[in-house]
Amino acid sequence: MIEPWLAQVLPPAVVLVSTLAAIVIFIAGEERQRLRIWVNLVAATLKLILVVWIGLSVLAGNEFLFRFELLPGLELILHADALSILFASLSAVLWLVTTVYAIAYLEHSPNRARFFGFFSLCVSATMGIAMAGNLLTLFIFYELLTLTTWPLVVHNGTPEALAAGRSYLRYTLAGGVVLLTALVWLYGLAGNAVFTPGGFLAPLAAEHATELRIIFAMLIAGFGVKAGLVPLHGWLPKAMVAPAPVSALLHAVAVVKAGAFGIIRTVEDVYGLELVAGLGMRLPLIAVACWTIIIGSLLALREHHLKRRLAYSTVSQVSYIVLGIAVGGLLATSGGMVHLVHQGLMKITLFFCAGIFGLLLGVSKIDQLDGLGRRMPWVSVAFTVAALGMIGLPPIVGFISKWYLASGALAVGMPAVLAVVITSALLNAAYFLPLVGRLWLGPPGSVAAARIEIGRLPRLALVCSALATAFLTVALGLMAAHPLSPLNWVIKIAEGYAP
Amino acid sequence: MSFDKLLLALVFIPLGTALVAVMLPPARRRWAVLLGSLAWPCFLVPLSIAVAREQTLTLVFGGWSPPLGIGWRLDALALVVLWVHALVGIAALPGAWQRFKPEETESGPFWSLWLILATGVNLATLAADLFNLYVALELTTLAAVALIATDDGIAALSAAMRYLLLAVLGSLMYVLGVGLVYAQTGSLAMHQPGLVELNNVALVLMLTGLMVKAAIFPLHVWLPHAYSNAPGPVAAIMSAVVGKVALVALWRIWFETAVDPPTLLTNLLGLIGAGAIVYGALAAYLQPRLKMVIAYSSISQFGFLLLLLPLACQQAFQGAGFHLLAHGLAKAAMFLAAANIVTVLGSDSIRHLPGLDKRMPLEAFTLALAGVTLIGLPPSGGFTGKWMLLSAAWETGGWFWLVLIVLSGLMSAAYVFRILALTCFHPARRAVHHLHPKPPAITSLAALMLALLAVVIGLYPHPVLDLLGSGVLMDGGVRLQSGVPGAGP
Repeated sequence: MIEPWLAQVLPPAVVLVSTLAAIVIFIAGEERQRLRIWVNLVAATLKLILVVWIGLSVLAGNEFLFRFELLPGLELILHADALSILFASLSAVLWLVTTVYAIAYLEHSPNRARFFGFFSLCVSATMGIAMAGNLLTLFIFYELLTLTTWPLVVHNGTPEALAAGRSYLRYTLAGGVVLLTALVWLYGLAGNAVFTPGGFLAPLAAEHATELRIIFAMLIAGFGVKAGLVPLHGWLPKAMVAPAPVSALLHAVAVVKAGAFGIIRTVEDVYGLELVAGLGMRLPLIAVACWTIIIGSLLALREHHLKRRLAYSTVSQVSYIVLGIAVGGLLATSGGMVHLVHQGLMKITLFFCAGIFGLLLGVSKIDQLDGLGRRMPWVSVAFTVAALGMIGLPPIVGFISKWYLASGALAVGMPAVLAVVITSALLNAAYFLPLVGRLWLGPPGSVAAARIEIGRLPRLALVCSALATAFLTVALGLMAAHPLSPLNWVIKIAEGYAP
Repeated sequence: MSFDKLLLALVFIPLGTALVAVMLPPARRRWAVLLGSLAWPCFLVPLSIAVAREQTLTLVFGGWSPPLGIGWRLDALALVVLWVHALVGIAALPGAWQRFKPEETESGPFWSLWLILATGVNLATLAADLFNLYVALELTTLAAVALIATDDGIAALSAAMRYLLLAVLGSLMYVLGVGLVYAQTGSLAMHQPGLVELNNVALVLMLTGLMVKAAIFPLHVWLPHAYSNAPGPVAAIMSAVVGKVALVALWRIWFETAVDPPTLLTNLLGLIGAGAIVYGALAAYLQPRLKMVIAYSSISQFGFLLLLLPLACQQAFQGAGFHLLAHGLAKAAMFLAAANIVTVLGSDSIRHLPGLDKRMPLEAFTLALAGVTLIGLPPSGGFTGKWMLLSAAWETGGWFWLVLIVLSGLMSAAYVFRILALTCFHPARRAVHHLHPKPPAITSLAALMLALLAVVIGLYPHPVLDLLGSGVLMDGGVRLQSGVPGAGP
């Protein structure tokens, strides 16, 4: 058993580790690079250790709960259940890798103190979302995430970056406003309720069915802005002007996943899928998810800018998570939730590679990828692995998500969903295979010389980060049967939700 | 022991020090003012304990109890106003110290006026009858006019003149209303609900007069120029408390004195508040000068305080009181930071802001923190106030107000992020200007402390909320009950 005070202190500690790192980085200022690097790495490692500690402890049956009364009858709650651990460990692992990558990537660029400060704050907010124990806490950290990612999006300070920042704020703050309204309404109806597997609103359903429907729609719309549900996805491709590590983290962990995570919590822990179905909101949710999957892929197909194509691919892929949750049943729920981790690993690899191409060779368009496989074999291998995983090629992790989703759809008798998954896989192949083809088979030499020279060590760090995440996509795919693999972890969660 | 007598200190310490300061040679003057400004807030500590225990403290002069005699009264709301006044007053001192050195001619009248303003504000907060309130508001206004005019330059002078004329007009209307009340009821005591039904003409006259003084849209025309041309410390104290004092008086007349104001008037005042919120935010977005942005933002935020009238329940009262506190701290922090920026850049045109985060990181951080509170993003004092107002709107079924409050956050975000984007991320950020030397760090830190406090109270709002919750606006508790009967679920 774990000491009671530890059970209270650890959840906020996980959140505050990177806040403290941010404060130190801000105070240390621009010039003290070594200190900054050390603080970054130590904090990221420490956070990973804490998350693993909590995760193993949760597995052993311990409970973590931190309560703080913010307003009368309104609590800030941080807790750790299996779902929190899933998201928190994803963030912790990828934060560590991205920190290494970002230190190397931003070697010579200005304003690094500001960048890494907000980078750490952004991870703090993500951790808060992961550990949130009720909707209010989730909302608070969700808004903090908006605040802390905006400086990262506009980091370059170019007119395009500022325009992207404005667009980002318009979408996310409007989403926040919708969420806040829904939250006030829900607290008025249900009081101060904590996340409960299976939801806590069922007793109200008879009397307030219409209100609950509207609130549900508002919650999904509010979280859907960050999750990139079509037509709320407009900010995402524009936000690609941010530096590559930001795009990577935004897409794989922080912003987009925060939205998806909010939807999972809403469906599973606030309403419960049964109530969602009872209110007649399940089919619309499935429809929105399917629509987003298909439209996102079509938009990606049309795009010739590398990072933007990846962005549209995110729009499409994140909705797999929503789809799995909405379809329900053990298999589909597991498939959707595990995609939270799997998509994160694959997408961060792709963005790492795109960032390396862009930084070292100035490549930003798809036709510039021709023949890069020979010039940068390791990076190209990582890119290829992740792209094939996205299409769903076994044994890479993407296959597992799709397999569980597809068989889950059949298990609950929804062949239409199966058709969507298959169509989407074909579309994924249609927009990822040409990239892979150009890398390895294209005529060499369309990009003349290296754009900038960076040292050996930073270069090694960049390439190794990409290889490490690419390796994970394969390793986790091969070891999916291991008791501590994301898949088994998720199945345990799903058993709690859909017995 | 009785704490009532301590109320005397809140008025007579600043007043006495102001009189002493006039007689001292210029070199010693500001030391006396420093002592006086730090002395009276000390009495707030025992007084807070007393209010927490007894809810109201009343001091009656000459043994005549109200409604016949005049007296002072301290309740939770007054205490909140006094705390904002004390904190902002102390935080403004380093800036004023720097600006009004004995060798400068304009420092001559400044220091005494500074304390006379403090006297007026404290007196107006404590006033328990309508005429006493009139006198206190006049004192406040005249001191404020003179303080605005201490800034050399024609702009400040004309702003002060405009403020003076409008404020006198407001006073006239108010005192006319007071006269009518006296003629009708023979009493001027404020805390006597249900004594006699107030004449509507008198009520409207008094409210309009106070709204001019509080710069409620559309009677705000004096505010932007007055705030933006006043010296930084003066602008800070004015935005934090001077306008609020008139608004609190308006609340008191509305809830404590008027018995049953017509619904039409209630809704009209609520709509005026809505208009203020929208107009102030839009105007703030369009301003070319930083101090003008902050000034128009005040007009927008004052609108929230009027929403208490239509919402009228205990939660709304807590929310509005909390908003008053959070906004006072945040806005004063912004004005103090802006004053430092003007000192260094020689201008507050927003075209000169790019790159400021490098040169003046503390000021940029202050603007950002205070901006978060103004938008009402969690966790901050602004969010707490907004949440309470929202729950009140939900409970009373006021959907219009709920949507308005929620959307107002977006409008505030527009002008706050415009400033932040310009300050920290604009492409022309390496533009070089002629720079003046930086003011001492303590002036920056004072502003930062206020902004931090505005955020921190959002994390730990219980003491203030409990205080506001126990002492509902009036003793009788007739109109401000928790929840409105017949509304809500």
